[in-house]
Amino acid sequence: MLKLEEVEAGYGRTSCLHGISLEVREGEIVVLLGANGAGKTTTLMTISGLVAIRGGAVTFQGTTLSGMAAAELVGLGISHVPEGRRILPRLTIQENLELGAYLRRDRAAIRLDLARVCELFPILAERRRQLAGTLSGGEQQMLAIARGLMARPKLLLLDEPSLGLAPKLVSAIFDAIKRMNEEGITLLLVEQNAYRSLQIAHRGYVLETGRVVLADTAARLAQNPRVKAAYLGG
Amino acid sequence: MTPLQLFCQQLANGLTLGAIYALIALGYTMIYGVIQLINFAHGELFMVGAYVALTLVLLSSAGPLPSGIPWWMTLLVCGLGSMAAAGMLGAAIERFAYRPIRHAPRLNALITAIGMSFFLQNALMLLYGATDRHFPNPIPLTRWEVGGVTVTLMQLVVWAASGLLMVGLQLLVMSTKLGMAMRATAQDLKACALLGIPVDRIIATTFVIGSAFAAMGGMLFGLHYGTINFHDGYLMGLKAFTAAVLGGIGNIPGAMVGGLVLGLLEGLGAGYLSSQWKNVFAFLILVVLLLFKPRGLLGERVADRA
Repeated sequence: MLKLEEVEAGYGRTSCLHGISLEVREGEIVVLLGANGAGKTTTLMTISGLVAIRGGAVTFQGTTLSGMAAAELVGLGISHVPEGRRILPRLTIQENLELGAYLRRDRAAIRLDLARVCELFPILAERRRQLAGTLSGGEQQMLAIARGLMARPKLLLLDEPSLGLAPKLVSAIFDAIKRMNEEGITLLLVEQNAYRSLQIAHRGYVLETGRVVLADTAARLAQNPRVKAAYLGG
Repeated sequence: MTPLQLFCQQLANGLTLGAIYALIALGYTMIYGVIQLINFAHGELFMVGAYVALTLVLLSSAGPLPSGIPWWMTLLVCGLGSMAAAGMLGAAIERFAYRPIRHAPRLNALITAIGMSFFLQNALMLLYGATDRHFPNPIPLTRWEVGGVTVTLMQLVVWAASGLLMVGLQLLVMSTKLGMAMRATAQDLKACALLGIPVDRIIATTFVIGSAFAAMGGMLFGLHYGTINFHDGYLMGLKAFTAAVLGGIGNIPGAMVGGLVLGLLEGLGAGYLSSQWKNVFAFLILVVLLLFKPRGLLGERVADRA
């Protein structure tokens, strides 16, 4: 479904990705692991058009993505829930969700999806009329994911969805990710919480300084001594 | 004239000026909202609006159009024409002067805006001359006495036109999809791009609306004072900017309130002290406000919890 071949990208004069190749197949949850600065977030931003591709190719369902604006990619079916959530604090929760469906014209289906994400995250339904800035960090993360879903993506990119959340909310987020996947959404996930993400993922990649150093099924990665030592606390 | 009548008269006069300030201030505040730029060329778009309206009024009274058209029809056509012209010019300025440097340091954009202001001011001087131009007024000189206070038809036209535009803007911003996208763009450009919102188009639309409002202000200004000059936009622009800051820059209802408050204070100051000092009042308000309430009257932010 999504394929990166020898992708190079970066900011200003510095390059952060030095030839990343990876693949996400339809129906999968794929996790990117790696230390800070390994290039996980940059990889997601390159896919969603926020960082320009300097070399290699990104293809999504056979379409080459290089040079496309972020807004066009949403139309193709790629939704990116960015690092730090980026919800719109001075709009209501309802408005945030409606903006997630900005490019869609099918009003009836939008209403159905609104009900669906509210079922996935009931707290959002309760607080619909509240300003999004008044939500707690975990609730804002739920809103960010729900907003991403409102675009009806085929592929959802999630950047550190559990960062800084209380353990109970972390579980809620991972359960929601699993459920979304069961409902047919393909996910590419960047996570610090390697233990939880390898539990729900099908496959994973380990990044180090802008390169893929390991690629395997999630089950085998969880058993890999290098991964265990670096990300699973021995 | 009793003191109360005098007060009400100054109120009516101040409200007229304030309505014009509010129309211009809205453009400053909307543009600042989406790209955090004080568009110093905004006062010149106001002047462009005034001159286009003047041209249309002259055309309609002098020539090809059949006579016997009611005055309000003439005004409507002139107003819409000047709004359209200034709107297109505003969009062009955004596209060719501001968009290429949107990611450059803010000072660059500010200097570009000042340069654009000089450019437009001198272009207007070349086109229309440096002397005052008489602005013929098609509005009949009807006036009413309400309890000793004189209200002219001209004043009613100013209130009605600016009132309608402001209500319309409020509806657009608060209850349409476009308005929601405008409010969202003002908060986080990058997040909006990720949602598929065409931010470039939203920013251009903001310039069109802001410039069109300034143009309507320009026409009303010309009608109200009877003469216009190419450098009138400088002072009016600065006053409207004061109004926008007074209400809280970036805040749409704030710009309306700020414009009206500034107009009223100027009107009262002119009535009770001296009209020679009215500019002093306007800028004194700005200085005092920036000292004590730098976010403006309505410029309070919702706490952004993380």
